[in-house]
Order: sequence, then C-alpha cells, then structure tokens
Amino acid sequence: MSEAVTHSSAVPLRLGLIGSPNAGKTTIFNALTGLRARVGNFPGVTVEKREGSVHLDGRSMVAIDLPGTYSLDPISPDEAVVTQVLQGEMADVPAPDALVVVADACSLERSLLLIGQVLRRSEPTCLVLTMVDELKARGGRIDLARLADALGIPVVGVVGHRGLGLDRLRALLGRPEGWERPPVQPPVEAVERAAWAESIVEHVIHERPEHHRISEQIDRVVLHPVLGMLLFATVMITFFQLIFAWATPAMDLIDEGIAWAAAYTRGVLPVGLLADFVADGLIAGVGAVLIFLPQIVLLFSLLYLLEDVGYMARAAFVVDRAMGRVGLEGRSFVALLSSYACAVPGIMATRTIPSPRDRLVTILVAPLMTCSARLPVYALLIGAFVPATKVLGPIGLQGLVLLALYLLAPLIAMLVAGVLKRSILQSDGLPFTLELPSYRLPTLQLWLSQVWKSASAFLRRAGTIILVASIVLWALLTFPRATPPPDMSPTQAASYALEHSVAGQAGKAIEPLIAPLGFDWKIGVGLVASLAAREIIVSTLAQMYASADEDTSLRSAIRADTDPETGRRVFTPATVAALLIFYVFALQCTSTLAAMARETNSWRWPIFAFSYMLILAYGMGFLTYRFVSALGGGA
Amino acid sequence: MKTDFNLEPKPISVPPPAPAQTLADLPPGSQGIVVSVDQAGSISRRLQDLGLLPNTPVKVLRRAPLGDPVVYELRGYRLCLRRGDAARVRVRPDEGDSTNSEQ
Ligand SMILES: Nc1nc2c(ncn2[C@@H]2O[C@H](COP(=O)(O)OP(=O)(O)O)[C@@H](O)[C@H]2O)c(=O)[nH]1
Repeated sequence: MSEAVTHSSAVPLRLGLIGSPNAGKTTIFNALTGLRARVGNFPGVTVEKREGSVHLDGRSMVAIDLPGTYSLDPISPDEAVVTQVLQGEMADVPAPDALVVVADACSLERSLLLIGQVLRRSEPTCLVLTMVDELKARGGRIDLARLADALGIPVVGVVGHRGLGLDRLRALLGRPEGWERPPVQPPVEAVERAAWAESIVEHVIHERPEHHRISEQIDRVVLHPVLGMLLFATVMITFFQLIFAWATPAMDLIDEGIAWAAAYTRGVLPVGLLADFVADGLIAGVGAVLIFLPQIVLLFSLLYLLEDVGYMARAAFVVDRAMGRVGLEGRSFVALLSSYACAVPGIMATRTIPSPRDRLVTILVAPLMTCSARLPVYALLIGAFVPATKVLGPIGLQGLVLLALYLLAPLIAMLVAGVLKRSILQSDGLPFTLELPSYRLPTLQLWLSQVWKSASAFLRRAGTIILVASIVLWALLTFPRATPPPDMSPTQAASYALEHSVAGQAGKAIEPLIAPLGFDWKIGVGLVASLAAREIIVSTLAQMYASADEDTSLRSAIRADTDPETGRRVFTPATVAALLIFYVFALQCTSTLAAMARETNSWRWPIFAFSYMLILAYGMGFLTYRFVSALGGGA
Repeated sequence: MKTDFNLEPKPISVPPPAPAQTLADLPPGSQGIVVSVDQAGSISRRLQDLGLLPNTPVKVLRRAPLGDPVVYELRGYRLCLRRGDAARVRVRPDEGDSTNSEQ
C-alpha cells in the first residue's frame, strides 16, 4: 500500500484520523478542515462521515474523520466502519493513504492498545497527542522524542481546542512520504500488546499524571449522593426552562416576520394562485423550517457547554440507573428531556449515545414526549371544553388536565422503550461504558463552531425535506380549486375551498375510519392537514369553521357545532377526550420524520415510528372514546 | 463460571486459595488487580479493549448517587461501568497500595 503515497498529485492524498472516543479527534479534524468539512453518513449505517479538504504546505489533501473506536477488531457494526474504510471496502469511500492516530496524552497507556494495532498496518502513520495542557496540569510528563523513537513514528503534542502545536502538526501532515516507519510490529495478542504498551510507558513517561485535583474536588459535590441528585435536577430543570423561555420570543419574532412577509407578498403580487403559492406555500414553508432554529441553537449551545465543561458525562452517570430500568442508558435522558421542547433537536442530540440500538430506541420514543407543538392543540381543546373550575386553592381543573397529559408522555415513552428493547431492538451485547473527563474550561470559538455546525446541518439536511413537505401539503389543501358561490364572505369562501381540496376530500374519505373515535370529517381534515405539524390542526379548524380568529370565536364555534342530520353535538366530551389522547400519541410532524430519516440514514425507521404511534393513537383514542361514552360523555 | 480447560493435573502448591472476587465486589476506595475477564463475547471484548487486561491495577473511586454505575480508575483514565458488566472482571485484591492512598 505504500506506493499509494507517491501517487500523482492530481488525486489528493487522503489522511485518515483514527482515535478512541473523547480523544479530541473531532477538535483536530475541525481545526484542520475549518468549516469546509462535508458531513454525511457512511452508506448503510448511522455513523456520521466527515470529510474535508486540508491545505498543507501548498498541497491539497483530504482529511477523513473515522468514527471513534477502541479497537481495530470490530465488535459492533459502527466499529466495523473503521475497518471497512481502512481496507477500502466501503463503497464511495476510498481508503486513506496515511493514518493519523489521535490519542489523549493523559491516558496514553490505554491508547497504546489501539496505537499498537494501527502500527501493524502498512500505511504511513503518525501520532497526535492531545490534551498535553491537561497532562501538565495534572503533573504528568511524557518524553515525546522518546515516544517517537520507541514507536518508530513521528509524534506531535497539541492542545487541540486552543490550537497550540497545530502549526507543527500541519507541517508534519504535509509530508507523509517522509514519516518514519516502525522497525518492528507490536504484538497481535491483546495481553502481549498490553505488556508492550506498559514497557513503552515505562520508557517514556517521566511522571504519571495524578488525579486532576480540582476535578476531584468538584466531583465530591457533583457526584455526592444527595447534593449530586439536587444539582442534577437543578441543571436539568434550568436547561429545560431556558430552552422554553428563551426560545419563545425568537420563535414569536420568526412567526411575525413570516406573517409580515406573507402579507407583503400578497400586497405586491396580484390576487391569485401565484400569490397564494408564495405566501401560503413557499414563505410558510420557510417559516416551518426557521421556527426550529431558536430551539436548536439554544439547545445545542447549552448542550455543548455542559459537554465541554465535562458535566454531561456526570449527568449520564448520575441518571444511568433510572434509565437502565427500561434498557436505555444515562445519555438517553438528555435527548428525551430535550424532546419535551421539540423532538427535532432531541433526535439530533442522540448522537452522543454510543450504542446504535440504544440510540435508535431513544430516537423512536423521542416523539412521544410532550413537545411544545402539542400545546396549542391541548390549549384549544382544554380551553373550549374543560370547565375552568378551581379544584384545590389556585389549582384549576384545566391545569390539572394539562399536567396529566404532560406526565402521561414520559410514562408511555418509557413503556414503549422497554418493549422495543425486549423485542425488535434487544441489546447489542455491548457493555455500558462512559468515560469521565476532567472538568475543563471551554473555549468560545470551539463552542460557537459546534453550535453553528448543528444548526447548519439541520438547515441543510432536515430543512430541505421540511420545506418540500410544507409545499406539498399546501398544494393538497389548495387543489383542486373550487369556485365558491358568489354570495359567500371571504372566510366562508376559504372554508368552502378547503372542503373541496384534496385534503378536504381526504378528511371526508377517512370519516368512516375515524368515526369509532368520535371524529367527524372536519376533524379528519384537521388530522390530514396536521400531518405537517400538530399545531396546524388549530388553524385548519379555524379555516373550516370560517372563524375570524383562532381563539375565542373558534372555541365557541366548535362548542356550538352540531351534526346537520342528527342535530347532536360534534365535540362531545368523549370526542374531545379521544382527540386529546390521539394527539398525545400520534406522530403528526413531518419535521420529526425528516430528522429521524436524517439521523438513521433511512426511511425505514421514520415509517416504523409513524406507524406504531398511529396505531397507539388510534387504539388509545378508541378506548378513551368508549370509556368516556360509557360514563355518559358521549353526547 | 468459566472452567479451566487445562486437563493436566495442577500442581497443588501454585494457586493460592484466593476467594473468587470480581470488580463489582470491591468497595469504593479499594484497589484490585485484574486476573481475567469472564466469558468470550462482545462485552468481554469491549472491556478488554478499554484496558481491563490481566495485571491491570484498577481503583474503585465512587458509586453513582443511585448506587450504580461505579467509576473506576485504570490506565490513567476514569471509566464508569454497571454492576453487571463489572462482575465479569475477576480481580485479586491489591493491598500493596501504600503509594496512592485515597484522598
Ligand atoms: N484540555 C484539552 N481539552 C481538549 C483538547 N482537545 C479537545 N479537548 C476537549 O475534549 C473534548 C472532546 O473532544 P472531541 O474532539 O469532541 O473528542 P472526540 O470524541 O475524539 O471527537 C471536547 O470538550 C474538547 O473541547 C486538548 O488538547 N486539551
């Protein structure tokens, strides 16, 4: 394979970055490639593939970030990716020509187990030792020159997140042809390799790093049986509260901006299909994408801050046992908590979960959490039908119903997770492992770039799907265009047009299917329209009932609505209860489906999630309808 | 659980009658030395990849507030393991731990 290094300069040389998780590999990769990295997926797996061009010494190369791994003998499909790429067995991913091993200087002794395996390969290899700042702070000393001698390859020490040592690294990476090759190969067998690693450590480590004093002291509080739990609860509640409280003003602003832009286009374009398309299709679609940005940016800002400081691993450690009950692990907790605000960033946040199965289960149950898009639906129905009586002091019945709906979600999510882990997604036979890093001061630049990357990944990958889906839905709600009778008022005309559209017809067509839940065709239209996003049922109902606003008049309109043939009320208590329960379960959200498709790299799992949640929604809705009807709430 | 497949009779004097102990049995603050990792399979393989190999000293740092998992220190880093997984790692106690007494 060594001839690959000297190949023609037309094809850029490929550098493969290898390292165990948390070694600082991503930091090095980002520092080398800047914002030029292209993020994708390795074909067929959920592992993210990052590739970017690097300019070194006037020479253009491609750096490829291989998934973090502890060994080159794969035991999980995700780890197999590393081996496949190295062997050139991965379609569309040419094998790297030279290897850059990234290892944490503080745990060199363990990293040598992996380094030993890489050194048995034929590609030119160099070693980057990160975290040398931390090594120093912990009183450790490594003789890098001796290490390079002992291994027979070039070694560079860096402080990745502060960019120290990167110039030397760049100079080295520019000339893989000149890298020294190891004279002897390390042993294959693990125990022998460990002995080899130990002998090298004896030879090059002058001073072993001590415990990080400050980390030790902080952990005494953070992992304390009582204080630790209190802190965990405080951090999580604050985290959740901030996402809600801080994102809302920005989301309102985006809503207003979109409304303004739609009104503006209607002002400049002639009344007709084009104006409708631009205002209700295109601009509304862009709005549907942008509306997620505040929550995504906020969530990832907080998440990366907690991660970079070193708290995230502790949080996972503290909560692991509780999550382990249903077969998940500590790292699932944060993703699920985030999904309480919105499942889209929640699903994106599952990337920290190393076990592919656990990650998938977390993704599949995330949409069950009570996201903020359910609130308008709950608010409409509870506001219209639950009496505002006081139950206990200031606590009202309406609030209690809302609270019950919020608490129902995690219970169901845990149940479903437990079932999935015991049936189709049984454990992949990997132990739960979690490293506790030392506490660190994060750097602003790294933090900003991490947040920027998440936001732009969302816009590029999920955003496009959401935009297309919104436009398709607009078309379904618009065509075929029926001409309303001339004597109708504009709101009545809109209602008429909706009733005759494809979506309106679909609502009527599914009426027999949803009748067992007590839903009529108007609710059916709302269900169809809210496939895009749950809260759309509110505006659709407003349009159906030709009501002037989505609040007071819509409430009274649905309260007063009667069946023209039987004269019975449409929204009976049983119907309202069934509809609420339906929205607890149903995955009425294209954006979530798009995020799932992006994260799992296939449409199989979004379809699965949509189906199981629809079955749950229908089944539970039906039971609720029957139950409340039996109690006399059917009329 | 794992039996020795060596069919030759063992010399009686060599193995000291050490009680079978696993990493999960060690209390926080104590230290052990890995003897072996039980059973083949992906769990044991991963534990070995993480450095839990024979003769590795492992220190038990602390339990999570809910009692599980536990943080261990080995080979210069800190690793959290659940009880069930730690129970696969056979250890012998390491009393000669005078250099590095806890806190
Ligand atoms: N102190 C210190 N922290 C670093 C260094 N390099 C990376 N980090 C931090 O270590 C954490 C893990 O780094 P990351 O690059 O995500 O690791 P990866 O899992 O190997 O990709 C991040 O919080 C980084 O900010 C370094 O050289 N020194």
